[in-house]
Order: sequence, then C-alpha cells, then structure tokens
Amino acid sequence: LGLSTLAGGAKAETLEPNSWDDVTSYCNFYEFGTGKGDPAAYAGQMTTEPWSVRIDGMVDRPGAYDFQQILSEMTIEERIYRFRCVEAWSMVVPWNGFELADLLNMAGVQEGAKYVAFETLYRPSEMPGTAYRVLDWPYREGLRLDEAMHPLTLMATGIFGKPLPNQNGAPLRLVVPWKYGFKSIKSVVRITVTDQEPPTSWNMANAREYGFYSNVNPKVDHPRWSQATERRIGGGLFAGREPTLMFNGYEKEVASLYEGMDLAKHF
Amino acid sequence: MDGLNQLLRRVPVWSVYLLGLLPVPGLFFLGLTGGLGVEPVKALEHEYGELALKLLVAVLAVTPLRRYAGLNLMRFRRALGVLSFIYVLCHLLVWLLLDVQIPSQILADILKRPYITIGMAAFVLLLPLAVTSNNASLRRLGPRWRILHRLTYPAIALGALHYVMLVKGFQIEPLAYLAVILTLLALRLPAIRRKATT
Repeated sequence: LGLSTLAGGAKAETLEPNSWDDVTSYCNFYEFGTGKGDPAAYAGQMTTEPWSVRIDGMVDRPGAYDFQQILSEMTIEERIYRFRCVEAWSMVVPWNGFELADLLNMAGVQEGAKYVAFETLYRPSEMPGTAYRVLDWPYREGLRLDEAMHPLTLMATGIFGKPLPNQNGAPLRLVVPWKYGFKSIKSVVRITVTDQEPPTSWNMANAREYGFYSNVNPKVDHPRWSQATERRIGGGLFAGREPTLMFNGYEKEVASLYEGMDLAKHF
Repeated sequence: MDGLNQLLRRVPVWSVYLLGLLPVPGLFFLGLTGGLGVEPVKALEHEYGELALKLLVAVLAVTPLRRYAGLNLMRFRRALGVLSFIYVLCHLLVWLLLDVQIPSQILADILKRPYITIGMAAFVLLLPLAVTSNNASLRRLGPRWRILHRLTYPAIALGALHYVMLVKGFQIEPLAYLAVILTLLALRLPAIRRKATT
C-alpha cells in the first residue's frame, strides 16, 4: 500500500478540516485534567525541549532518540484524517508527521516481534491532572505490529503546518485514524517493540468498555455510548449527528488487517 | 443568625425564581454565540444538569441548616425545588432534542445504558413532585403530601449516581456531589438526628 493508494482512498473525498480553535480547545489529555478545556489551560507548563523517545524491546538499535534527531531523519507530510472519539464526537484534523513504520525501521524491528507499546510522559510537577488517579499513570497504549507498520499510522509532529500545541500531544504523538481517539497516544516518551500484547490504560481501567483494538465500529456499541452516530465538533447548537463509518471511513485501507476476526469480540 | 433570618424574611420568593431562572436563557445564549466552547451541545447539557444537582443539594440542605445552624430558608425551599426540576427538564430536553435526536437511539440509550436509565428514573420520580408543588395540591393531599415529597430523597441519590456513572475513569467532582448528598441524607436518619440534638 503506497502513498498513491492513500491519496486515492483516505483522501479521495475532500475532507474539510475543523478550525484551529476546534482542534486546540477541545481535547482529552487527562494528565492536565478531565475537562475538555483543561489541556488548553494547563498543558502550557509541560517542558517539551529537550525531548527524547526511548525505543527499546525487540529492536536492533535500542536507545534514547533525540526528538530533533528523529525529525532530521524523517520526511514530514500532511495527512488530513478524520478523528473519532469514543465519546461519539469527531473532527477532521490536518496533521503533519511521518509514518510510524519509518521510525520503527530506523530502530530495526527484530524477527518475532508482534506488538508495539507506547508511553506518554509522566511528570507530575508539570501535569496537575496526575494528582488524581483517574487512570493508572503513565498513560499506555499499544498496537499490533501490522497496525503499527500500516502506512496510515502516523507519528504527528504538527497540525495546520505548525508544531503540535502541548494540549494536542507535543512534540510527538501517535495518530491511528481508524481507531477511537484514545488509541492515538500523546506526548510519547517510550516505544517498546514486544511479542506480548501490551497493557493499555483504558483497558486496564475498564476492560468491559475498552478493548485492545478499539477500532471505530458503528455496529459494536460501547456500553456507555452508542457508536452508530457522531457529532462533528464545530457545528454549533443545532448541528445534529452524522452516521459513523466503519473503521472511521478507512475500511478499504485497513479491513484486511482484521480478516476472520470477530470484531464484536475483539472490540 | 437571628439578624440574618430577619433579613431573609424580607427577600421576596419571586426574586429567587427570577435569579434562578436567569441561567436558562443565559446559558442557551452562550451556547448559541460560542461562549460554551466548540461543542456547545454537551456543554449546555452538562451545565443544566449540574445546576439541577446544585439546586437539589440546596433543597436538601434547608432542613439541616435550620436544625443545626439555625438558618431558616424554609420559605425558599419550594422555589429551589421547582427550579431544580426546571433544570432537570432543560437537561433532558437538550439531550433529547439537540444531543441524541434520533428516537430509536433515544429509546435504546434509556434501556441499554444504566446511567441513562438511572437518570430517567430520577426524572420520573421528580415529576409528581413538580406537579404537586402548589398550595392547592398541598391542601388536597394533606399529610400524604409530605409522604409523597419524600421521593426527593431517592431522586437526588439517583441523580448523583447518574453523574458518577457518566464520567470516564476515576473523577473527583461527581464523587464529591455523591458524598455531600449522602451526608445530607444521612443527617435525616432518626438515630443521627437524636444524637445531634441531645
């Protein structure tokens, strides 16, 4: 699957991005508080320079990779993706970033690896939300290796052509457009390649509600929210709902990853 | 406290209604004009819901405040109760008309999602209370009116539970509401009441 296919599939229909305000003022980043406005209000105090990402586990070249060094080796491109939160709201975000596969190849994935685990920065002195055990910090996420290597899977470093604002996960975050937003872990400090399915934060907090896969699926209801429809942020008081698309509209690109799997069971 | 009570006696009840009702159009206007952020539907739903809960806490606080602090707010209790119902109704209407909108999904949500089932149950319990919050009903029902209006207790407890169940993860604010409400309810238990007054 090359970039040309991406352009044909994921980008064929013209997605109208949300505004800068929509994307930067309405965030879930519980390390800074559980309110949607908390990240924009409090994430400014997070130090993002210097920043390094520890890449370890089943890789040929483990170590602490400096963020600037990573940037210098990667090709940054723009990807306009739908972003669908498990809370049944959605946005369209113009990301800038590089494919996760390129970063993993830089570190050299070893034979036998099956999963990739991610960790968010955990720095209580700069993260007022971590004073409460809303979740078991640090925030953790994971992907199957083939999901991680998929060309749609992005490590974002910016939005709207500008560096990522802190509340959106500066300086480096994951974007997996066919999964619920919480899979797209922010402010990544560690990437571990492993052969075990890694524990993930929301699954640890409530396994009945949040599965490891968490693919956007209008036919599999979340116990808390119907996933059949969503409300696009920015439409105002009378916007109403839109139908949610299978795999968030990326079915053509990713359905083959899950062939033969019961998606109601592996939700 | 006597001075304060005398002062309160001069406050007309209609002013509580007026002040209490202002946020209904006020918040709606904010939602229309961007004052509630980029997702005004959820924000409005939450603002109305939280105000309803705050007013219900106020209703529940009237008796303990009089008993333990000597502060007499009894004259305003009906107004606080009626206002809390109005905010519950606004909260429900935003959910029905602006949030979910789709009738089949509304029904499915009420049946399948416990926090919504519980919220609806609290609303149903409040309905007869709102309808009988007038002097004519009070006269007609006599002593049964007091018994009927004890439905406030389970309704408030369900309202608090609705909030606790609705949030993701372990969050403090809804648990704080639940703690305050359970405390206010516990103060009404005969054993505690006797202990506090002797």
